[in-house]
Amino acid sequence: MRTVPALACVLAALLVAGPLMPSWLVFLLTVAIAKGLVVLGLVVMMRAGLVSFGQGLYYGLGAYAAGLAANRLGVGDAIALVAIGGSVSALLGYLLGFMMARYREIFFAMLSLALSMILYGTLVRSAALGSTDGFNLPPPSFLGFAFDAQDGRILVYALTVVVAIGTAMALHRFVSSPAGVIGQAIQANEIRVEYLGASVAGVLHLTYVVGAAAAGVGGALIAIAAGHIDPDLAYWTTSGEFVFVAVLSGTGHVAAPLLGMAVFEAIRSFAFQYSPYTWQMAVGLSMLAVILFLPAGLWSLFTRRRRPGSAG
Amino acid sequence: MQKIYAILVDGTVYFSWLFIVSMGLTLTYGVMKILNIAHGSFYALGAYAAASAVGAWFAGNLPAAGSFVLLVLAGIVVGGGAGLIVERGLLRPMYGRDEIVLVLVTYAAFLVIEDLIKLVWGVDPYFAYQPYNLLGRTSIGGIDFAVYDLGLFALAVVIGVATWWALERTRSGKMLRAVIHDREIATAMGIDVARVFTATFVIGATLGALGGAITAPAISVVPGIGVDVIVLAFAVSVIGGLGSVAGAAVGALVVGLARACAVHFLPEVELFVIYGVMAVVLAVRPQGLFGRLAARKI
Amino acid sequence: MTSIVRNVGFGIAFACAASAALPAGAQQPGSVKLGIVTFLSGAAAGPFGVPARNAAELTIEALNAGKLPAPYDKKGINGLPIEMAIVDEAGGTTKQVTEYRNLVERQKVDAVIGYISSGDCLAIAPLADELKALTIFFDCGTPRIFEERSHKYLFRTGAHATMDNVAAARYLVARNKDIKSIAGINQNYAWGQDSWGDFKASMLALKPDAKVLTEQFPKLGAGQYGAEVSALLVEKPDVVHSSFWGGDLEAFVLQGKARGLFEGRTVVLTAGETAMFRLATQVPAGTVIGARGPHGVFAPDNALNKWFRAAYAERYGAPPVYPSYKMVQALFGLKLAMEKAAGGKPDKPATDAVITAFEGLSYETPSGRVDMALGKGHQAIQDMAYGTFKFDAAKGGAQLVDVVRYPAACVNPPEGVKSEAWIKSGFAGAKC
Repeated sequence: MRTVPALACVLAALLVAGPLMPSWLVFLLTVAIAKGLVVLGLVVMMRAGLVSFGQGLYYGLGAYAAGLAANRLGVGDAIALVAIGGSVSALLGYLLGFMMARYREIFFAMLSLALSMILYGTLVRSAALGSTDGFNLPPPSFLGFAFDAQDGRILVYALTVVVAIGTAMALHRFVSSPAGVIGQAIQANEIRVEYLGASVAGVLHLTYVVGAAAAGVGGALIAIAAGHIDPDLAYWTTSGEFVFVAVLSGTGHVAAPLLGMAVFEAIRSFAFQYSPYTWQMAVGLSMLAVILFLPAGLWSLFTRRRRPGSAG
Repeated sequence: MQKIYAILVDGTVYFSWLFIVSMGLTLTYGVMKILNIAHGSFYALGAYAAASAVGAWFAGNLPAAGSFVLLVLAGIVVGGGAGLIVERGLLRPMYGRDEIVLVLVTYAAFLVIEDLIKLVWGVDPYFAYQPYNLLGRTSIGGIDFAVYDLGLFALAVVIGVATWWALERTRSGKMLRAVIHDREIATAMGIDVARVFTATFVIGATLGALGGAITAPAISVVPGIGVDVIVLAFAVSVIGGLGSVAGAAVGALVVGLARACAVHFLPEVELFVIYGVMAVVLAVRPQGLFGRLAARKI
Repeated sequence: MTSIVRNVGFGIAFACAASAALPAGAQQPGSVKLGIVTFLSGAAAGPFGVPARNAAELTIEALNAGKLPAPYDKKGINGLPIEMAIVDEAGGTTKQVTEYRNLVERQKVDAVIGYISSGDCLAIAPLADELKALTIFFDCGTPRIFEERSHKYLFRTGAHATMDNVAAARYLVARNKDIKSIAGINQNYAWGQDSWGDFKASMLALKPDAKVLTEQFPKLGAGQYGAEVSALLVEKPDVVHSSFWGGDLEAFVLQGKARGLFEGRTVVLTAGETAMFRLATQVPAGTVIGARGPHGVFAPDNALNKWFRAAYAERYGAPPVYPSYKMVQALFGLKLAMEKAAGGKPDKPATDAVITAFEGLSYETPSGRVDMALGKGHQAIQDMAYGTFKFDAAKGGAQLVDVVRYPAACVNPPEGVKSEAWIKSGFAGAKC
């Protein structure tokens, strides 16, 4: 139970720090935390043994749902847009989950990739949605009030932070709940779980929906923050990036993916500025360094001094 | 009617390319159970090396027939070398870690190699069209095809048969298949799995680089050619069943023909074809066409 | 609990400190800092990004030395030296939005010049007005930027892609009144789809009886076009249209030529100029080639072009291609606008004054005259030219003959009219 109050403190700190930080940093953190939310959902799925190379499906779907709601349905409220993005993704996750819960390991990974690429192909073929150019979102309102650009940035940041940390708290409860614990058991040995009377398909289905919802919410937040969406959000390299950050962050704590994504975005920005001609190599070498020296993921940087055996 | 001929030939040419490119990947996955993202980099390295070698060859006015041998050699040398370096230097220290971490290592290797290629060869395109043009064209069903592309089919058959023979009839091949089937028991039987891993990875890298090398004469070698090869090779491997050479062949054939049909009849769906085929095959036969259902361990 | 708070706090602090500690390139007082964004990695680097970057480097150095002919002879911009901060356009639109904000808010550049990808342009466009940052798009092709809404802080000094395909249709119909069928092979993304859409509509406006036999859309970067070439050979169209660029273009030319696709028909390559020199011996004679404007071999023989071609070839070993020309246009336009706004005073002028000076500006460049005539003075128009390829070893290799120039008002929609609607109306109001 110590995690939830801790996360609450972090949330407060981030909210207070928001207006004090330079504007470009606020944006960087907004993007990092929104994407970190997608990785968080993915990590929860990975704890149950489901490594999805197709989170881009829900990420893109959430973003497009929010975008279409904003442009075609005239929904202006940011919170409503996020809710729409999350719900649409959760719904599709629920429907696809019946099929996806039957697959494991590499086949699950490749099937999820195939589905995300089918969405990508559909979006690219759609001239009405702007094909690969995508379209822009108008600045959102908050609870009925419109804000100017500067304040709007901070509010989007605040919304992202609140939603992400709130989800982290909720998922912390989830992984310690029966569904979460059974998920871990399924990864260890699925047949024994069935013998014990728990429903493997049911738990995996639920976990899948959780991952889909998290990705949908993350996608909607990105759409609002960047103000632009395009099919690249559903491309397999985007999904791959989420998986890699998930592995880099480690599964030690619910806050790990958020932190991991923030560090990854910082590294990439650093590389873009300091080695614009070789930034890919810089990022690759940093990843190798993390894998080599921090085998349990980035989070272990902070937990090494803890007593062994204490739970995260 | 002409369309049917065209579809058959196009499907076969694409199948040849897909098969050569995917074989290395399916073997690597079958033996080592890692998704080798760097496979795309080996393909790119093979293409660049071949293009440079052929360019130098013709600049030196050497006999044209030798350029074909040079292509294959360039692919083998570069692929073998790069594969060895990556396996020994990056992967071996990480064995024993979770498989997904190894995938991440191959992704990091892919990023590094992409920029290394850019540092060595720059961003300008490289060409090696002389071997492609040398063989001329031939007419099948009223449409002209490049003889070089048809030659790819012969090459694919040779590689396929050679690999099959190596796996089925040689001792090392049987050891490799044993490791694919069950790594623990193979170790218990005294097979040096680390050596098998190295050998497999190097062979996989070589096949990937060879794929790039023989494709180089028909294309323009630019940065980024390795990226989409990764997903195509994976899709074909999964469709056919991972670790199976016959599976890779059948998977490549199915995708090749499906794509040719799409291009001739309904070009709008060309983008979806490979993913649609993969989704359908996995829905109907979850382990792939030739995949073995893994025994459930209690 | 304390440790978690501390740890996460450390993490966020680390991210902030790391980013903030990067010397944000504190700007030297008394210099004009420009953010240049173009592709430095990936498939677009070779044909577009690096030539543009080279042109930027070359031009900025020449400007700083004051070596250029009038009206660009003042050193730097208004006497102040120009500094360049370069950013790779790779990584997707969200990454580019982040980097744009970094350029404007962290590195505090005076203006941003860049963007080749239409997706990036569309994503960045609203930001220019939000951050009140002077931004110049130099290359991206989509007409949507100023047709969908107007912008104050944003300019585009290159013409958009509509004129590429309208002029191509006019050129083909003028050369061959007998065109009965057309087909297209374009990359399956917005650029390819829009190019084909514009070309098809233009051809049907000029020749309503023409049949569209097949429309191929291979994936961007596919590189292997065996099936697509077969489909084109089976259908036997009179005209094949392609807006391919880079490695895809070169692969298509090699594969098409080997199989006789170019024989007995006309193939038009609207972005063909970038491959023309490298593949000079392989491009079949009779191929119609465009350069997205009066650039490269279509450029006039004025003093600016003489300087540019000689200096660029000497430094980079190859003749400059159209992205290089478009980058120079952007730099020259900005320089003139800023100097006009400064009105003789030695300091940096206020952004609002620069905007007023830039709107409706007409100026000379190595490709001839640029008029900021659309988008309420924010969108440039230029003439368009097409030529037919011929290899002449005596004249130095790749040549374009039968060149036809189309005045800007002939192939660009008038102010306030959307491109798509204008083409469908049969080019209402065009002055040819």
